[in-house]
Amino acid sequence: MIEGAGATRNRLAVAGARATTAAVLSEQPRRDVLRNAVFAGLLLLAVLIALAGLVALLVQAFIKGAPALSADLITNPPSTAFPEKAGYRPAIIGSIQLIAGVIVFVVPVGIGAALYLEEYADGERWWNKLIEINIQNLAAVPSIIYGILGLAFIVRGPLDLGFILAAGALTLGLLVLPMVIIAAREAIRAVPDSIRQGSLALGATRWQTIRSQVLPASIPGIATGVILAVSRALGETAPLLLVGATVFVTFDPTPFGADGYSALPVQIFNYALRPQEEFQALAAAGIIVMLGVLLAMNSFAIWLRNRYEQRW
Amino acid sequence: MLEAQSPRHGEKVIQGLLAICAVLSVLTTTAIVISLIGPTIGFFEVVPIGDFIFGADWTPQFEPPSFGVLAIVVGTLNVTLWAMLFAIPVGLGSAVYLSEYAGPRVRRTIKPALEILAGIPTVAIGFFAVSFILPSLIQPLWPGEFLGGAVGKPFMALAAALGIGLMVVPIIASISEDAMSAVPHGLRDGAYALGATRAKVAVRVVFPAALSGIVASVVLAISRALGETMIVVLAAGSTPQATFNPVESIQAMTSYIAVTATGDIPAGSTDYRSVFAVGTVLFLMTLVMNVIAVRLVRRYREVYE
Repeated sequence: MIEGAGATRNRLAVAGARATTAAVLSEQPRRDVLRNAVFAGLLLLAVLIALAGLVALLVQAFIKGAPALSADLITNPPSTAFPEKAGYRPAIIGSIQLIAGVIVFVVPVGIGAALYLEEYADGERWWNKLIEINIQNLAAVPSIIYGILGLAFIVRGPLDLGFILAAGALTLGLLVLPMVIIAAREAIRAVPDSIRQGSLALGATRWQTIRSQVLPASIPGIATGVILAVSRALGETAPLLLVGATVFVTFDPTPFGADGYSALPVQIFNYALRPQEEFQALAAAGIIVMLGVLLAMNSFAIWLRNRYEQRW
Repeated sequence: MLEAQSPRHGEKVIQGLLAICAVLSVLTTTAIVISLIGPTIGFFEVVPIGDFIFGADWTPQFEPPSFGVLAIVVGTLNVTLWAMLFAIPVGLGSAVYLSEYAGPRVRRTIKPALEILAGIPTVAIGFFAVSFILPSLIQPLWPGEFLGGAVGKPFMALAAALGIGLMVVPIIASISEDAMSAVPHGLRDGAYALGATRAKVAVRVVFPAALSGIVASVVLAISRALGETMIVVLAAGSTPQATFNPVESIQAMTSYIAVTATGDIPAGSTDYRSVFAVGTVLFLMTLVMNVIAVRLVRRYREVYE
């Protein structure tokens, strides 16, 4: 802890210098002290505004959604005629299937890409640099552009799947893939090289080393990244609007059914567009359900990280 | 030299499979570009490119239709401008507070709260903007008839802007805080030793030293604001007009795409192709922002790591 000792010594020196300076100048200029206080107050105000926004959002959803919170919300299909009995059943089932599809696509591809970039790729080669820059840029492409991609490339065009749930899942999968790759790379990078060298020295091949040493050690980090990516996919609305998630699906959707599908955020959006008080309450109640699921997923991710994170 | 007893073909196959996974990301970008370009070229065969870029009337449903993209580009910029005027002071203020003032315990409460805010789906923020920010915050507080008045309007740019502002505050705060925390302590200690107050150290020493990271956070936030869809669809309305007035209803590029491309719009129609032309404009605008941000982040990492 040489650095720690250095910092302590620095701090002592600073304290000494300050005391001397203060003694010499007798006191800091009053204007500076006042300015310092005003500045600190403004900073605190900025933090409080951000926190107040979050709290107001949550409180408003609860107050507005309270009248619609009941078991009907989960078990009943949507209805325009009887808003008091309407619910989210097909949307919730659709979202569960979408998420399952995203996981099936993103876990192997994301981990595979991360393994290639960390374990095999020579970072100096231009094609590997290209992949690197590409992933950074993809992570910041607006989600609605992924919707356009899904519409032109997956629903129609080369893949031509039609407006089915699997097309929606693939679109969302492409959207969160960069997040998974970035998180998985960090987890893989955190495994120290001595582990790999030890394994290789014992005669293991590269892939045996990855499979039995690197992957097991980085699984908690990768899992955390996957959960965060999935929670992003769960809340995405815009791309789904373009790839066929439609508004009033009253039956339980299937992955390849041609009759259409829905998702939780899309159904919330649809209720939110209707000005009547009952639908506004339904929208708010749906938001509570969605935020509850997201909070549970994110808490699990944090728990996972803290429980299994290895310190080398 | 030790030699492997077998040629290990399996190893090569696995390396190839992993490389394909990585290449898929490049293919995604290529697919985005291809799917945007094709219909956009088709669109410009019907609508002259000059009318598109320099026209300010966006009336696709009229006969004859007019596709002056400036109307919805300015709509997007309107929302982005007011969102940033809210989010930059709040986000940077939070970042300076967290990095220079807050003790470890305060930081442990505020940072997770900001992470929760960053994880809230935008459809929830859009609902909050149109059903709380607009009727309960803007309308009671807006000064009378100023700029045309706020009362009685069901949608307006400012409501969406404040929602988007709330959404990007965590982005600005966390990236800027990272940049400020990366400033070496020696710089601060030097300033303190000369008798500077905390405010002076933050503004004159830490802020300039972390500037590239701070600018990167703002650029990324702008990019997110340009591309945000659900908040503008729910709160900003669908009136294409080239104005920066915050209490007018406007249409953003993203909301045009989201509203027009839903359902089964016939492929190959001019309306269908206009979605891709607007998408191209949006993609180029965010691409420029992202490239700038990536460069800036790399710069501050290089300086202090």
